[in-house]
Amino acid sequence: MSIRLATGGRLIDRNSTVKFTFNGKSMTGADGDTLASALLANDQMLVGRSFKYHRPRGIVASGAEEPNALVNLGQGAHHEPNQRATTTELFPNLIATSQNHWPSLEYDIGALNGFFARYLTAGFYYKTFMQPRAFWKHVYEPFIRQSAGLGKAPDPETRDPDIYEHFYAFVDVLVVGGGVAGLQAARAAGESGAKVLVLEQTAFWGGRAPVDGGEIDGLSPDDWIKKTVQALEAMPNVTLRTRNMGAGVYDHGYVLGYERLTDHLANTRGPRHRLWRIRARQVIAATGAIERPISFAGNDVPGVMLASAARDYLINFGIAVGRKTVVVTNNDDAYRTAIALKKAGQDVPVVIDAREFGGGALMQEAKALGIRVETGRAIAKVKGGKRVTGVALCAMAGGGAMVEEIACDAVAMSGGWSPVVHLWSHCGGKLTWDDEQSFFRPDSSKAPTGADGQAFVVCAGAADGHMHLRYVLQDADLKGKGVAVSLGCDRPQTTLPTAPDSVETPLMPVWLMPANAWDDLRMKAWLDFQNDVKVSDVQLAAREGYESVEHTKRYTTLGMATDQGKLSNINGLATLAASLGEDIPNVGTTTFRPPYTPISMGAIAGEARGEIFQPLRKTPLHDWHEANGAHWEPVGHWRRPYCFLRDGEDVEQAVHREVLATRNSLGLLDASTLGKIIVKGPDAGRFLDMLYTNMMSTLKPGKCRYGLMCSENGFLSDDGVVARIDEDTFLCHTTTGGADRIHAHMEEWLQTEWWDWQVYTANVTEQYAQVAVVGPNARKLLEKLGGMDVGKETLPFMGWVDGTLAGFPVRVYRISFSGELSYEIAVPAHLGRAFWDKVLEAGAEWDATPYGTEALHIMRAEKGFIMIGDETDGTIIPQDLGLHWAISKKKDDYLGKRAQARSHMTDPERWQLVGLETLDGSVLPDGAYAVAPGNNANGQRNTQGRVTSTYHSPTLGKGIAMGLVRHGPDRMDEVITFIGDDGETEHKARIVNPVFFDPEGEKQNV
Amino acid sequence: MSDPVLPLGSASFDGLVEVREIGPQGMITLRGDLSAPEVIAAVTDLAGLEMPGLRGANTAGDTGLLWMSPDELLLLVPYRQAPAAVDRLTAALDGQHVLIVNVSDMRALFQLRGTQLRDVLAKLAPVDFAPEALPAGELRRTRFAQVAAGVWLLDDTTARVFCFRSVAGYMFSLLSTVADPDSQVGFHVK
Amino acid sequence: MLTFECPCCGAHADETELHAGGEAHIKRFGPGASDDDFEGYLFTRENPKGVHFERWRHVNGCGKWFHAARCTMTMEVFGTYPAQTFQPPKDLLDKITEKRPGWSWRDLS
Repeated sequence: MSIRLATGGRLIDRNSTVKFTFNGKSMTGADGDTLASALLANDQMLVGRSFKYHRPRGIVASGAEEPNALVNLGQGAHHEPNQRATTTELFPNLIATSQNHWPSLEYDIGALNGFFARYLTAGFYYKTFMQPRAFWKHVYEPFIRQSAGLGKAPDPETRDPDIYEHFYAFVDVLVVGGGVAGLQAARAAGESGAKVLVLEQTAFWGGRAPVDGGEIDGLSPDDWIKKTVQALEAMPNVTLRTRNMGAGVYDHGYVLGYERLTDHLANTRGPRHRLWRIRARQVIAATGAIERPISFAGNDVPGVMLASAARDYLINFGIAVGRKTVVVTNNDDAYRTAIALKKAGQDVPVVIDAREFGGGALMQEAKALGIRVETGRAIAKVKGGKRVTGVALCAMAGGGAMVEEIACDAVAMSGGWSPVVHLWSHCGGKLTWDDEQSFFRPDSSKAPTGADGQAFVVCAGAADGHMHLRYVLQDADLKGKGVAVSLGCDRPQTTLPTAPDSVETPLMPVWLMPANAWDDLRMKAWLDFQNDVKVSDVQLAAREGYESVEHTKRYTTLGMATDQGKLSNINGLATLAASLGEDIPNVGTTTFRPPYTPISMGAIAGEARGEIFQPLRKTPLHDWHEANGAHWEPVGHWRRPYCFLRDGEDVEQAVHREVLATRNSLGLLDASTLGKIIVKGPDAGRFLDMLYTNMMSTLKPGKCRYGLMCSENGFLSDDGVVARIDEDTFLCHTTTGGADRIHAHMEEWLQTEWWDWQVYTANVTEQYAQVAVVGPNARKLLEKLGGMDVGKETLPFMGWVDGTLAGFPVRVYRISFSGELSYEIAVPAHLGRAFWDKVLEAGAEWDATPYGTEALHIMRAEKGFIMIGDETDGTIIPQDLGLHWAISKKKDDYLGKRAQARSHMTDPERWQLVGLETLDGSVLPDGAYAVAPGNNANGQRNTQGRVTSTYHSPTLGKGIAMGLVRHGPDRMDEVITFIGDDGETEHKARIVNPVFFDPEGEKQNV
Repeated sequence: MSDPVLPLGSASFDGLVEVREIGPQGMITLRGDLSAPEVIAAVTDLAGLEMPGLRGANTAGDTGLLWMSPDELLLLVPYRQAPAAVDRLTAALDGQHVLIVNVSDMRALFQLRGTQLRDVLAKLAPVDFAPEALPAGELRRTRFAQVAAGVWLLDDTTARVFCFRSVAGYMFSLLSTVADPDSQVGFHVK
Repeated sequence: MLTFECPCCGAHADETELHAGGEAHIKRFGPGASDDDFEGYLFTRENPKGVHFERWRHVNGCGKWFHAARCTMTMEVFGTYPAQTFQPPKDLLDKITEKRPGWSWRDLS
């Protein structure tokens, strides 16, 4: 059993009591505890069930590499699954529950999977769920969904109540890792004057050094760390951040830091997480090393733990993970755990050392303390189910014949250490196999390179493969200084901290224990705890022909869990290599991907949530619309009123009312969103002749002309009315969504193709509020406002004029998108609302009716006017829409002209625009296809056209539609059949002229 | 004629920095050859300020010259004087290939003030806001979260931020959110 | 996430301030051009492993288009230059040759 000892624990406050619950059970811990240490203090060895076999699992590690102790944290809106207990700091009233079991952690039905483990081997899913195909949807998928996943997904109805933010930081040197290597490297770099940022993922500085012991400059590691942190804090060019993990390294020195601001606090204000978006000229990854487990049968039984973790819990938290702890190792370092436990008064029945002759000085020290050491021995298997009860001792060299059973309640294992090379690898750094120490380390000749082609990441200390304090500090000092020099700073004069030399006996690689373990033992020897992958699975994959590590990974799921195989990778690679008879470096490694450990979605989103999830563009009249029943429609980032709902109306009724009011008397439209781009210069006319299919250079000042713009592909891109302001100046209107795009289009051609043409543009879309005054009484309203002559002669159709109306400075365009007498009036945006109010007030006598986009659409469709985005979809050329009249025949060139001459574009089989009317006056379904005789190669019915716009016309009292139909204009009055949304219902429609209303234009030319 | 109404009606927020919608600010876009002596003479004469260099922002009160791009200046003038200033510039540059247009209503303008200024700005834009990277008097056009914006510092604790008028509400919410009093960073200001 | 120095305004621009514009130095073919020339202009693009010339617009910035020479393998940026040119500057070509001896791209080398 694990207990809190009466003394010890450098990180906890023994005078404090922190209450929390685990699976509803009340427990207490101390300030400074992690959830993992607090659970161990309460003898909670069993903390979860494994993913596939639902095996009982306990805490294995003490840090970010923990594969087992994943819990659901919090409740309701604060619920978060898959949180590592080892990196969760305890706070008052923390609520945690274990995962992946039913009905309870202690009694789990899913554990039955364990009995079928023989059949649930690698590739089980691929092999089992392939046939019969029909089973997938109704049998296999529901079953897999039911049993998949670890934690409980948050309730979809809840919303994350916390806030998050981003922070952009630019530094010369980023040091990731605040252990002794990181601190020394930061100090060396900082002394040069470089701007340094140091990130430490935990709440404490110093990393493992205080636990592992030793002496630096004659001080204890704790004292040296304190002194060094103080020195760094005093440097104005150095910033230190704890609880901030270097999550990923990307191109051009971009690094993400994941800062957890309030996760360790019970009641909080301010952002929960902050995502640091860092640009660093140089990155020093001082990310340390992670201890490897050993693969022996039962290495996943709760109570089997990494030797370093057992030491961490003892020294940092005053916890003995067992009263009788067996240590099993292939190296000297694990003896430190045995010695520490023994010195803390705990029983260490035996140290099992796989090496034939054991270790060096540390082994002697252990022996001197009276600890039994068995060399050349191994664990055949761990006894116990939900907790360890003992181990079976065997010879390392054999297949697992037990020579003795040793009772214990915990096992501390060490298979050696692996440098944390993740950040090095994220952006392309390569690795090299260190045969002497049996791990991959950074290959400094193949570093990640930045924008200047130079290396921008170095690893320092244990991350670079230096495993002894003395060499860790030497390396860190060297790297810190080297980075400073590479940045052009003077070589810093910091003195190298000294630590006594220590000689350790080399480790012996142990990838399977015992070396020739029998089948039944290999089936219980875990490689990947989180994804339940065993030695036997990787061996099976190798037998089935998987030679590439990347394929084996996917087939067995080794290293594909949320921990990305931090504990399992090297053991898995070594197992695969052994199975294939290859050397480990020849098998290669899988690719490390950012983030280092999972980061919250909230941190990624940052401030972008709720009201500011995305920008919302508002016209100067937005507030009026909001207060007057606007039923909003998103148009790009704009919100435009679809219609204005009055009491008791539904949307359709409101739209019809708006259309009829406009046609019969007076309608008002907020047209402010239409793009307005000024094009000026001696070559402006020539330029517009290239942009539009029409001839714009011949337009007279004071006049307007409707124009079409195409891309170089020939496809219709935008349309709008161009007004010529003076000889050199045009104002081009674009669609609502087109303003920024068309302005960019203009600038692109001016800057990159015709840079010798004298033309300037300015996008003045938002300078103006624009109000369309539409309907038979439009002129009367303007005359009532007064201030300028808007009569038929002064301001004819397609003319514009500057003036004042009701004292407002205005530009009035007499243009119409409805077929009515219509004026579009532009006023400065800051005056827009006042002008609108004035127009409404003056228009009351004609029942001036604000209308929305749907009424606009219906009225334009009644007139047969096309709409970009309805009649066009990026594959439509103007010729398809019968717009030949808007395509100049006189021009040698315009954008899209050559493309429109391509054979496919001139094909008479292209579908052409027509009007459509159902035989019974009903409304055709939007987007419906017209069927033609026969089937295509896929067995689908042939088609001959489709609906592009369809409405009920209140003016005409029937359904009207526009559509593209093969040979359409030649087939007037023919009835064709459209198929409804259900794929079956037939709708008969007659092909008609697309101008349904006032074809002679009598209403607008008054 | 009515008085001009700002997009947010002079909204303000007090947090890590004070955020205040200011204006109306007269603004004139001038596109042309910024090295032409006639252009330099016309704008410096109008503003009474030095011609700004690359990315420069020479301002005094509600008058200023902002370098927007190699061929674009934004002239700041008192709001009501903008139409007359356009006429004056147009007359002064008669015969030159320039585009001069009154854009006083097109943008929203905010003033940010407080010691946490650089840390607050650094939450929204991918820009180095260190004093040596963005000194007072230098304009940076960038994005603030998801919209285009421009920012310059008047002094170490005061900045002006502009964006298009339609996203004034978004910008104000952004600035207020990241100026939350409980969200101090401590990077630029220890 | 790349960074480029905008040659037009001198700002160190983040990729999120830029708009990528595809391959640089493409010659326009208009009316009268052969089908082959037009196809090459509209559809044929280089996809090199190594040195590449491309267009970027400093859209959240000075608004100017510029060209960049970049290694698509390592993301190394050899240089940026204004878009108003038919050819990369000579000193940039020399720099690329120094760093990537034997390189070629379209008719450049």
